[in-house]
Amino acid sequence: MKPFTYEKPRTPAEAAAATARHPGAKFIAGGTNLLDLMKLEIEAPGHLIDVNGLGFDQIEATPEGGLGIGALVRNTDLAADERVRRDYAVLSRALLAGASGQLRNAATTAGNLLQRTRCPYFYDTNQPCNKRQPGTGCGAIGGVNRQHAILGSSTACIATHPSDMAVAMRVLDATIQTVRADGATRRIPIADFYRLPGDTPNVENTLQPGELITHVTLPKPVGGAHVYYKVRDRSSYAFALVSVAAIVQRDGTGRVALGGVAHMPWRIEAAEAELPQGAKAVATKLLAGAKPTEHNAFKVPLVERTLAAALLEAKG
Amino acid sequence: MKFDTPATTNPIDQLKVIGKPTDRIDGPHKTTGTARYAYEHHEEVPNAVYGHVIGAAIAKGRIASIDLSAAKAAPGVLGIVTAENAGKLGKGEFNTAKLLGGPAIDHYHQAIALVVAQTFEQAVAAAQLVRVKYERSEGKFDLAAVKDTGVKPKPGLGGASDTAVGDFAGAFAAAPMQFDATYTTPDQSHAMIEPHASIAKWEGDKLTVWTSNQMIAWSVGDLAKTLGIPKENVRLISPYIGGGFGGKLFLRADALLAALGARAVRRPVKVALHRPLVTNNTTHRPATIQRIRFGATKDGKLTAIGHESWSGDLPEGAPETAVGQTRLLYAGANRMTAMRLAVLDLPEGNAMRAPGEAPGLMALEIAMDEMAEKLGLDPIKFRILNDTQVDPEKPERPFSQRNLTECLRTGAEKFGWKQRNPKPAQTRDGRWMIGTGVAAAFRNSLSMKSAARVRLDNRGMVTVETDMTDIGTGSYTIIAQTAAEMMGVPLAQVVVKLGDSQFPVSCGSGGQWGAHNSTGGVFAACTKLREAVAKKLGLDAKTAVFADGHVSAGGRSVPLGQAAGPAGLVAEDAIEYGDLDKKSQLSTFGAHFVEVGVNAATGETRIRRMLAVCAAGRILNPKSARSQVIGAMTMGAGAALMEELAVDKRAGFFVNHDLAGYEVPVHADIPHQEVIFLDETDPMSSPMKAKGVGELGICGVAAAVANAIYHATGARVRDYPITLDKLLGHLPPVA
Ligand SMILES: Cc1cc2nc3c(=O)[nH]c(=O)nc-3n(C[C@H](O)[C@H](O)[C@H](O)COP(=O)(O)OP(=O)(O)OC[C@H]3O[C@@H](n4cnc5c(N)ncnc54)[C@H](O)[C@@H]3O)c2cc1C
Ligand code: SF4
Repeated sequence: MKPFTYEKPRTPAEAAAATARHPGAKFIAGGTNLLDLMKLEIEAPGHLIDVNGLGFDQIEATPEGGLGIGALVRNTDLAADERVRRDYAVLSRALLAGASGQLRNAATTAGNLLQRTRCPYFYDTNQPCNKRQPGTGCGAIGGVNRQHAILGSSTACIATHPSDMAVAMRVLDATIQTVRADGATRRIPIADFYRLPGDTPNVENTLQPGELITHVTLPKPVGGAHVYYKVRDRSSYAFALVSVAAIVQRDGTGRVALGGVAHMPWRIEAAEAELPQGAKAVATKLLAGAKPTEHNAFKVPLVERTLAAALLEAKG
Repeated sequence: MKFDTPATTNPIDQLKVIGKPTDRIDGPHKTTGTARYAYEHHEEVPNAVYGHVIGAAIAKGRIASIDLSAAKAAPGVLGIVTAENAGKLGKGEFNTAKLLGGPAIDHYHQAIALVVAQTFEQAVAAAQLVRVKYERSEGKFDLAAVKDTGVKPKPGLGGASDTAVGDFAGAFAAAPMQFDATYTTPDQSHAMIEPHASIAKWEGDKLTVWTSNQMIAWSVGDLAKTLGIPKENVRLISPYIGGGFGGKLFLRADALLAALGARAVRRPVKVALHRPLVTNNTTHRPATIQRIRFGATKDGKLTAIGHESWSGDLPEGAPETAVGQTRLLYAGANRMTAMRLAVLDLPEGNAMRAPGEAPGLMALEIAMDEMAEKLGLDPIKFRILNDTQVDPEKPERPFSQRNLTECLRTGAEKFGWKQRNPKPAQTRDGRWMIGTGVAAAFRNSLSMKSAARVRLDNRGMVTVETDMTDIGTGSYTIIAQTAAEMMGVPLAQVVVKLGDSQFPVSCGSGGQWGAHNSTGGVFAACTKLREAVAKKLGLDAKTAVFADGHVSAGGRSVPLGQAAGPAGLVAEDAIEYGDLDKKSQLSTFGAHFVEVGVNAATGETRIRRMLAVCAAGRILNPKSARSQVIGAMTMGAGAALMEELAVDKRAGFFVNHDLAGYEVPVHADIPHQEVIFLDETDPMSSPMKAKGVGELGICGVAAAVANAIYHATGARVRDYPITLDKLLGHLPPVA
């Protein structure tokens, strides 16, 4: 780990000012991802801005009938919230399928959205990795790539986004609220939040340097049956090989998003139009253009089968 | 004490303390944090500084140049050790590759430097400033690709490379029922919780190392040899070990580099391998490719048994001895086994819990299940039909004890085997396809010399000293039980001191030889102490009774403390073995039963029930023995379902080198586990009449899981681990 300086501002304005003073600074929330990466010098910020003193730790009803989730609400608290369990059950289930109890106690809503890939080559600083060190190549292409993406990958990077929570947020059409270093706020629909790797896999989302997430807002509940299926090699404490978040209405319409298959939660609105036609039709649209790697061709049938099982359960 | 005739009745047979389920005496130290592990000896070494190991970034080649200037100038840095400045180093007897590499690099993450600094953080930060330029050379990293270049390995612990009895080829060709299949097992990591760690301190030319090591005497020898100093000048202290599983049998880079670092900076130095180095810097269980052939009569008698195994290792390395159990497990007049060893430039392969048998049975016991099905026989019946009471390769050698059939029958009864529908893919529980499987367990019992010293003081306290280690197995407790039984004192009157090379040399912990040999050594020393007590009091040692803290004979009864007197009494002895283990075959047996559910949509396997029945001689402490077996069953479940070091075949390293990437079972993966020990004593094994169980418990488990998965789904997977991707194509449509 490289030496760094640290501060804990009390207000968002102070935090904004701090980012202006320290280009390249990083926010730290639960620290469950950032600290690991700093120890390995995959991330080496010279300055840390601890956001734990900023508030943003409440879950509140919005005037639109939705839910405003503070950026610092812990994964455990979010999963246990009565309104979330009742109206956004897919989110609660996705959270509880992730990490471990101890980690969820520390992990925050914003930190979870921004956690970085689990590609093992990203984690080994002896290996080439365009995401960690742009221009060095991709160790995973032609290497061990069982966990990697089958959709939306590029010749520069085939990493996946590992979050379970983000898949549920995607299917719920969450909005990310931020404040920038200059004090300006904005709302980013989650559909526009994550980026595909393209030629710049190091740029993972549309946040600007120093931009702070303050809230994640959920729209009015949409009802329906909520399912989150996470498929993995052991029963707990493992990242998804494939996951399916689904909300299905009585009339057979609904929404579906996939995790574990791409650089972002994978949702194709056109695929959802096929829901009344059944799982196979949905999967075909979702998986259009799939480019499996040497070790992960199984993800294609696994998505089809998991989706079918999830939809069966949602239909009761 | 020479043990060369079968044990007769001795004080251990009283079973006042031995054989009772006893809480581990070191438990309270561990749960309160007062049991200090290798990295935690702050009190003995208050002024240690920190060393951080740099591992090679390539798998094979040379260091072209190494630039230390920036690192040396970094804050807090006290010194940097490399092969260039470390002075002349030898290589330990038990190490295949050098523990400090350079300029030649033999494998990925081979240690090439130690950065020593005032604080841990400074050492780690400075290590990133060391600039190394490498020249890569081509390496061999793919076992399947180099398999056919394999040669006959030198005979080692696992016996000769080849054995043959009768005419295998002829009998196989002539057999009405034939079976021929190939299985693969992957590289596996010990993945113990405590990483390899050491603190080294020099006083003049004398070196003391607090470390985490299973075999104290081996590692004293190898550390002395590597440093080129007399053995007498090296002291190793390893009282507590946070798991080893064979990964800490040997001297490793942490201990050597701590010693070199401490010499360089003239301060005690502490070194722990960071997690990725545990995987690629130390040893692992090597992958195997195994071919098994059976010929049998129509009614299920094996007439031909063939087992070949291919594995790889660094040059001068050793094979995974995966055919060992096949030489002994089933009858059959015509048989052959063969091991071939190819050169691989991956990290060093070596022993991991039940080396040889664990991967060997992963293959053999699936093959037995497949053959039983081919014959239309129940797999338990098939095994019993081919049981043997003599070494099938040398029929003049009987087994000292062999209750495999009893294990299978007892287990079948307890598990409800009778109700099983032999046809696969017939049982559903909602989305889960349910199946059950069985496998035999087999692991040899090895006789190893082991010494101990016992002291008796004037309070009647008995203190045992031996360099035996407790790797979480319960050595402290069974040694205390042995001394308490022998000296006739309660457990609380016994103090056990382990893991210090100043104590008499024990068998150490490995190969499930720890329990019966180390307690055998304590038995020998206690026998001598009893004689010394009797002699001092002028009592007849043969008839003296040691009970309730007193020694009594001829109508006299004297408290032990009084007998010891103010000066106390000390006795030291070792158990040494004759040829009982040549005349008869000493082995342990068991049967594993497993029920699994396979998710019909996703192919995820979840274990629902596990039962092990073990026949392993006298069980010294049923509580710690059970812990050993359930731990081993858990490791077997990991081997079956998830454990695999993923090889990057271009760069030549294990990619998943942390505990997020190398998955081992979590609590949610392990269901209720039941363990039954058959009531058995083995007078041929040692005066304790005991054998080991810690490795028996893993042997066969993975195959039982594999067989259960087959029974659940009808899909036969011969390549471990059985991850869902290997099942997906065999599952019914989701509906
Ligand atoms: C062993 C292990 C297993 C895990 N398993 C799973 C799993 O199965 N599923 C899963 O989904 N996750 C899993 N995780 C990941 C876990 O969910 C994340 O580590 C966690 O959610 C990160 O949250 P945090 O608050 O600790 O983030 P931090 O580590 O504090 O921060 C992460 C990133 O977010 C940035 N950040 C934090 N807050 C803000 C903010 N308000 N505004 C802008 N930027 C911010 C930081 O600068 C940093 O870049 C696992 C983690 C571990 C260590
Ligand atoms: S897949 Fe992406 S993260 Fe992984 S090595 Fe390639 S560039 Fe790096």
